[in-house]
Amino acid sequence: MEALDLARWQFGITTVYHFLFVPLTIGGAFFVAGFQTAWVRTGNPRYLQLTKFFGKLFLINFAMGVVTGIVQEFQFGMNWSVYSRFVGDVFGAPLAMEGLLAFFLESTFLGLWIFGWDRLPKKVHLATIWMAAIGTLVSAYFILAANAWMQHPVGYEIDPETGRAVLTSIGTVLFQNTAVVAFFHTIFAAFLTAATAVAAIAGYKLMKGRQVEVFRPAVKASSVVILLAAVGVAVTGDMDAKIMVQQQPMKMAAAEAVYETGTNVPFSILSVGDLSGSEATHLIEVPGLTSWMATGSFGGEVQGINDLQEQYVATYGPGNYVPYVPVTYWSFRLMIGTGMLAALFALWSLWIFRRQRQPEAGSTLSKAYAGIATVMVLFPLAANSFGWIFTEMGRQPWIVFGEQQTSDAVSPLVSSTEVWISMLGFALVYLILAIIEVKLLLTYIRRGAPEDVVTDPYADAVAAEKSDADKELYFAY
Amino acid sequence: MTIDTLVLIWFGLIAILWVGYFILDGFDQGVGVLLPFLGKDELRRRVMINTIGPVWDGNEVWLLVAGGATFAAFPLWYATMFSGYYLALFLILIALILRGVAFEYRGKRDDAAWRKRWDAAIFVGSVVPATLFGVAFGNVVGGSPISPIETTLPGEANSLNYTGSFFDLLNPFSLTLGVMTLLVFTTHGAIFLALKTKGEMREAARKTALRVGVVAAVVAVVALLWAQLYSGRVVVTLPMVLLAAVAFLGALAATWRGRDGWAFIFTSATIALAVFSLFVGLWPNVMVSSIDSAYNLTVYNASSQEYTLTVMTWVAVIMTPIVLIYQGWTYWVFRKRISTSMIPPEPQSGRADDRFAGAAQG
Repeated sequence: MEALDLARWQFGITTVYHFLFVPLTIGGAFFVAGFQTAWVRTGNPRYLQLTKFFGKLFLINFAMGVVTGIVQEFQFGMNWSVYSRFVGDVFGAPLAMEGLLAFFLESTFLGLWIFGWDRLPKKVHLATIWMAAIGTLVSAYFILAANAWMQHPVGYEIDPETGRAVLTSIGTVLFQNTAVVAFFHTIFAAFLTAATAVAAIAGYKLMKGRQVEVFRPAVKASSVVILLAAVGVAVTGDMDAKIMVQQQPMKMAAAEAVYETGTNVPFSILSVGDLSGSEATHLIEVPGLTSWMATGSFGGEVQGINDLQEQYVATYGPGNYVPYVPVTYWSFRLMIGTGMLAALFALWSLWIFRRQRQPEAGSTLSKAYAGIATVMVLFPLAANSFGWIFTEMGRQPWIVFGEQQTSDAVSPLVSSTEVWISMLGFALVYLILAIIEVKLLLTYIRRGAPEDVVTDPYADAVAAEKSDADKELYFAY
Repeated sequence: MTIDTLVLIWFGLIAILWVGYFILDGFDQGVGVLLPFLGKDELRRRVMINTIGPVWDGNEVWLLVAGGATFAAFPLWYATMFSGYYLALFLILIALILRGVAFEYRGKRDDAAWRKRWDAAIFVGSVVPATLFGVAFGNVVGGSPISPIETTLPGEANSLNYTGSFFDLLNPFSLTLGVMTLLVFTTHGAIFLALKTKGEMREAARKTALRVGVVAAVVAVVALLWAQLYSGRVVVTLPMVLLAAVAFLGALAATWRGRDGWAFIFTSATIALAVFSLFVGLWPNVMVSSIDSAYNLTVYNASSQEYTLTVMTWVAVIMTPIVLIYQGWTYWVFRKRISTSMIPPEPQSGRADDRFAGAAQG
């Protein structure tokens, strides 16, 4: 393989992997903050147990998100130096802002939260997890604004002297509709992902009859969050589709494998045959749905791949402007399908545990539920990955839509040997870490929530301070 | 503001970010390097790790922000350096990944073999960046093969690329700088440990600081005097280097007399003076070409334009003080010295009071 293909694979592998942890971190931070708030407000120790239990899982996940994120900050320069030069004036700004506004906030306040139980008054300690949670949102915003600029570059001009992009309006870059909608879509997806994990773990515990009183409120809260987030994901996804039709019509056409421009275009749920050619056999179709998704009207016109290709050749010169349709087509469907299953799971959970109901441990229902809950965690994670694969692959051949092609953006002097080394290195380390992480998560899920938690370690520490004795730290690595 | 002022501001800010990173993550890495030597038993290793536990992640962010700021302010510098030093950066990334996960995971299983592996990750994850960052700076300052390449891509007409290999980075001057950063960070880490611990641990850390410090002083003086050959303004940088040397000796003297706080301030000053001296000597270049000085990347040919730099200046002016305040507050919150008697027996789970009910349940 050439260095270019390897660099693409490496970016794909490291980014998809990184984004397994990101939504769990964003949503998880708010769950932990929510449980801790409930504890501080009610004084009910169950909520502290939930805070500790999910807090631990959150930290195991967070560590992975942090370390895989470092790679992201650097690999634009490492593998895509031509891209970095071309866009740096515009793209670097949101990235630097993310570091200054978000990374410091997340990392510093999380350090305070982890180690601060006996060092900070209860409410100040609570504030630290909220600050970290807010930091995750800020981080998401800036990086999504940067990505939105690649999807739909605005607020810039091309310097005639250097041939590179130059920022003309930071406000336009940060607040264009592509960025705003992508942010809400991603955040709702993050809440959906984390809530599904919480619901599945807590529901599993209930079905096994363990710490039922602790985990019952968690199932209900997270199921409600799943449903709200699912609605949010769908609404913002619809908005995103309509923006995409305006800004990247080729991506929408490729999502549906629509080759010929037409009105009342159906949405195919299942297809066989050759999607990359101009013939595909759609087995199940919903009439007019694609038109409705794209335009808001069942009779709306959707531009086909062939027409768009011709238009692009006229605008950008000879070349192939069609993304790889089988990937866009299937990733789009799998994103929607795997994401929405979680909503069904939430409805089911709410139904099973309605009022104070509690299926007997060991019954067929409880066994089935526990089994489904175990795999259900994976579905929103898959949906996130498919969503990113869709939106990034659907932009191809562009790295910056209409301005720079991916094949032109790669570092010219980084050899394929070097990229082989780094790609295999990252892949190997990531694989080992994934195994370790999952095992750790399972161990801590199995252990359950701690009993007899110390409710006011700060007061104890203050008392010990007066007696001048060396008090054991409440928490230590 | 004119573009000349703006590039000066951003050159200065990036220098400050690197100084911040080396002072803060420098002691994290120093503690990591010392882990197998001073951490003679599990309790001591845990004391060491817990001195940096609450702060290491925030410290590492200085590196990410230095990277991001370079991308925003000097994209051509970012592109050329990161693609050029590809494998060195890859090694640093792997090291930082392993180190970061190790801190969080090592105590999460009660298993000596498990902890031993993570301890190795912390050690390697500290030695590698502590050395390679020095090597990288050696190549930036001392020059590396950089030249334009033939290309027809738009925007790439005069772009400068690193044309050497990974092994070209490992030249005598940059390796000397690498050994210097490793030894200075180790000393700095030992002094930080002395400052943050008490009892036996503190004594051991002080002794180590003195022993390593003497060697570090010699290497640092050699490396920084050598760097004067490449300095654009020796009149300024040589006095800075001499001051750095005085500060370092001050740190050793303070350690000798048991004044850990002063010692830490002095090694921090040493790092700041040394890094600033490299940047002052480098200006207005940001990467020196060993092929032809016409191919040097400079603040002028590598920077973003006026508007971006102005926007980023405002962001930096508003945010930096806020970050410094809350990060400084963290150090205040965790100001207490730690001793082996303060380490809770059950790692991770908090105090022994936080018992797990379901530990044995499947």
